[in-house]
Amino acid sequence: MAVTLSLSVNGKPVHATVDPRTLLVELLRNHLGLTGTHVGCDTAQCGACTVLVDDRAVKACNVLAAQMEGAKVVTIEGIAAADGTLHPMQAAFKECHGLQCGFCTTGMVMSAIDLVNRHPKASEAKIREELEGNLCRCTGYHNIVKAVQHGAAAMGK
Amino acid sequence: MGANEEGVIGKAVRRKEDARFLTGTGQYTDDVNQPNQTQAFFLRSPHAHAKIRGIDTAKAKASPGVVAVYTGADLEGVNGLPCGWLIHSTDGTPMKEPPHPVLAKGKVRYVGDHVALVIAETLAQAKDAAELIEVDYEVLPSVVNPIDALKPGAPQIHDEAPGNKCYTWALGDKAAVDAAFSKAAHVTRLDLVNNRLIPNAIEPRAAVASYSRADDAYTLYTTSQNPHVERLLMTAFVLGLPEHKVRVIAPDVGGGFGSKIYLYAEETAMVWAAKRVNRPIKWACERSESFLSDAHGRDHVTRAELALDKDGKFLALRVHTVAAMGAYLSTFASCIPTILYATLLAGQYTTPAIYAEVTAAFTNTAPVDAYRGAGRPEATYVVERIVHQAAAETGIAQDELRRRNFIRTFPYQTPVALLYDTGGYDACLDEANRMADVKGFAARKAESAKHGKLRGLGYASYIEACGLAPSNIAGALGARAGLFEAGEVRVHPTGSVTVFTGSHSHGQGHETTFAQVVAGRLGIPVENVDVVHGDTGRVVFGMGTYGSRSLAVGGTAIVKAVDKVIDKGKKIAAHLLEAAETDIEFRDGKFTVAGTDRSKAFGEVALAAYVPHNYPLDRLEPGLNETAFYDPTNFTFPAGTHVCEVEIDPDTGVVKVVQFCACDDFGNIINPMIVEGQVHGGVAQGLGQAMLENCVYDPKSGQLLTGTYMDYAMPRADDLPSFKVGTKVTPCTHNPLGAKGCGEAGAIGAPAAFMNAVMDALAAVGVKHFDMPATPHRVWAAIQSAKHA
Ligand code: FES
Ligand code: FES
Repeated sequence: MAVTLSLSVNGKPVHATVDPRTLLVELLRNHLGLTGTHVGCDTAQCGACTVLVDDRAVKACNVLAAQMEGAKVVTIEGIAAADGTLHPMQAAFKECHGLQCGFCTTGMVMSAIDLVNRHPKASEAKIREELEGNLCRCTGYHNIVKAVQHGAAAMGK
Repeated sequence: MGANEEGVIGKAVRRKEDARFLTGTGQYTDDVNQPNQTQAFFLRSPHAHAKIRGIDTAKAKASPGVVAVYTGADLEGVNGLPCGWLIHSTDGTPMKEPPHPVLAKGKVRYVGDHVALVIAETLAQAKDAAELIEVDYEVLPSVVNPIDALKPGAPQIHDEAPGNKCYTWALGDKAAVDAAFSKAAHVTRLDLVNNRLIPNAIEPRAAVASYSRADDAYTLYTTSQNPHVERLLMTAFVLGLPEHKVRVIAPDVGGGFGSKIYLYAEETAMVWAAKRVNRPIKWACERSESFLSDAHGRDHVTRAELALDKDGKFLALRVHTVAAMGAYLSTFASCIPTILYATLLAGQYTTPAIYAEVTAAFTNTAPVDAYRGAGRPEATYVVERIVHQAAAETGIAQDELRRRNFIRTFPYQTPVALLYDTGGYDACLDEANRMADVKGFAARKAESAKHGKLRGLGYASYIEACGLAPSNIAGALGARAGLFEAGEVRVHPTGSVTVFTGSHSHGQGHETTFAQVVAGRLGIPVENVDVVHGDTGRVVFGMGTYGSRSLAVGGTAIVKAVDKVIDKGKKIAAHLLEAAETDIEFRDGKFTVAGTDRSKAFGEVALAAYVPHNYPLDRLEPGLNETAFYDPTNFTFPAGTHVCEVEIDPDTGVVKVVQFCACDDFGNIINPMIVEGQVHGGVAQGLGQAMLENCVYDPKSGQLLTGTYMDYAMPRADDLPSFKVGTKVTPCTHNPLGAKGCGEAGAIGAPAAFMNAVMDALAAVGVKHFDMPATPHRVWAAIQSAKHA
């Protein structure tokens, strides 16, 4: 038994036929080759797999691909401009050294974009609280928080 | 040193590697896929300790999609996983080294131990088949705590290690220590547990192994901090394969913190199996498997005693530690609680006599090995906690007691084998005091008290031995490998450069820092230098990245190779400029005849080396490509003072870190942005250990109770404050960069600084000590028991 579904991924139409138990993250990584979305846990705790679904941050390891019928999915590969210019949040992470090994980073950036969309003027405390669902073992979060603040300012322009 | 070097070194150059990580185009091992690839799944032991009476794989083998099923019995001729460091007991006998089979043979010894490898077309099929494997276990009693493991009558884990003892090792002059204690004015005693941790790099381990029948050669992609060491151990010690037939690639690696140094069973079994199934095999560790099977860290139980004279001068330190090894000896397990621990017990102090005795015990748990800091956080925790306690008992201020005992003349020979080359401990302490506004602490404490809160201030003046290591010294101490590093500088015909380093970056930013080093020295733009690492097929050799060694050792190897390039360039330039070689100077990217304006740019010389039409071919080989190996003459000794300030709600036991200041001396700094990032991350891990993290096995069943992110408390953004980070510099005296290393300092200083702050805050209510992590429950319980004492 397989399910067929149609959705948009990074602005492009996708039609896929998958096993019903396929997770969104598996669809992205294994079927579409979008390996920028990472898997860091099996209990929906780390946030490495975060993508935007209809403009809201979603842990792609925690939803089935089959639930994505008609959805608009955006991954880390889909946020820079067509000419390669980084999204302001990507640029802010680079400028503020908000990443080290890079493994949590793609999920972190996607969460940060959603965070700023909802709270454009978030305080440091609010940013820290909102990032609770994204684990980073490398940075101690210090520069991630700075990056989100910078990214928020740039996104507001 | 030219203008460009001044322009690049010490600058916060933004990282070259970020472009791929930020766009999702990094290539981690789990992103690698091979045509016709199969999927692996490991059946693991559900028991902490059991005899395997039999394994029936027939049903699994017949299950849909299954390619092969292997158990320990199939691995004929495959040796056990080796331990890289031989420790001798005080009685002269070598440590007990029981076999560490790749797949269990006859017995399983911890929950998660590897029982069978199932290879199938899909992961789901492999998992389904694994469920059909029938293992006939005879469950045995187990022991998970190292103290319990050493008790008479404890379950015996290995026949080769009676009483579960791996070794009892000692360092220092016991008689001198005993004599000092007998005339001490004051003795402080402390019993400490250094809590067991699970490293938890956010990228779980993974591997893709393949075999080419045509070349009789293997390729292994894996999450490794040191691919050459991994290859050496796997080929020479375990599988008996010729090294040149195995290529190990550790592409982008998502954090390591020690846990990806070791040779693990999984990738070893997969390389072996890749030839048998003649297809690529992929394995990606699930997080719950990684909790069970990554090497864990710490797990020490210690009694420490400090003798002081009437003025607060330290006379002697005596330390007895029991360290858990887990069920088997992991790659570096034996040297962590010995060579990397007891040698650091002098700290920053002139304590003239030190004696340490360490007993290592096997337990029915995952193996224990290096985790960020590796031995040095444990040593710092002992020294700095007991110094804090001594200050509290003698009434001498915390910083003052430290100052009274600081080492101030260098080089300094400690009583525990190390020779500190340089340092400036007062400068870091003074600066940390300034950063932390210690003068204003009393007022802040009074303000907290008004709101019913307890405020405390804690110090940790730590030292670490990094830049591992002089091979001859390491060898004399039991290392079974060298600890040098290799670097190659390949100048291309147009003058751009590719650097090949044996160091491995899994977050440290070598692609940027090393490019700065080379660009600075050659006087060329950073953009013209790329750094390649993590591939035994491209990099000449390497010992990898751990122990904060990459810049001090790996960076120095690169500097030596650059200097060879410059030397050869001078010869070429002398020929082109028709001058004597001794008259050629190299600066700002130009070879110049001294005292003239006649010069050749670096790029022109490079081109001449590859298009040798006008070239001293009779004396010089064409090309401009140099390799250097560098073996350090001493360890490096980063040191600093961390000051932590906490506020505690005595009603709930909740501890809030209100401020954390770190002033560190890492020697010369190439990229301050990257260094600060390393400190932030280290401090967060240190605070994680002290506030939140704790690996717990059920003492009865031996089951891992903290096996998910719901049970093992990782530090999250809202658990931590922003940090204040500063540096002071005394350059390392024995490497050309003057660099000491910065990767572990945060994790070394933070636990003691935090716990000292907690004890400082709780002194008012009569609490002296309890063990990490200072969870609300532990804090509250300590307050209650002090109340009722
Ligand atoms: S992989 Fe989705 S939250 Fe961890
Ligand atoms: S950068 Fe490595 S886990 Fe966040």
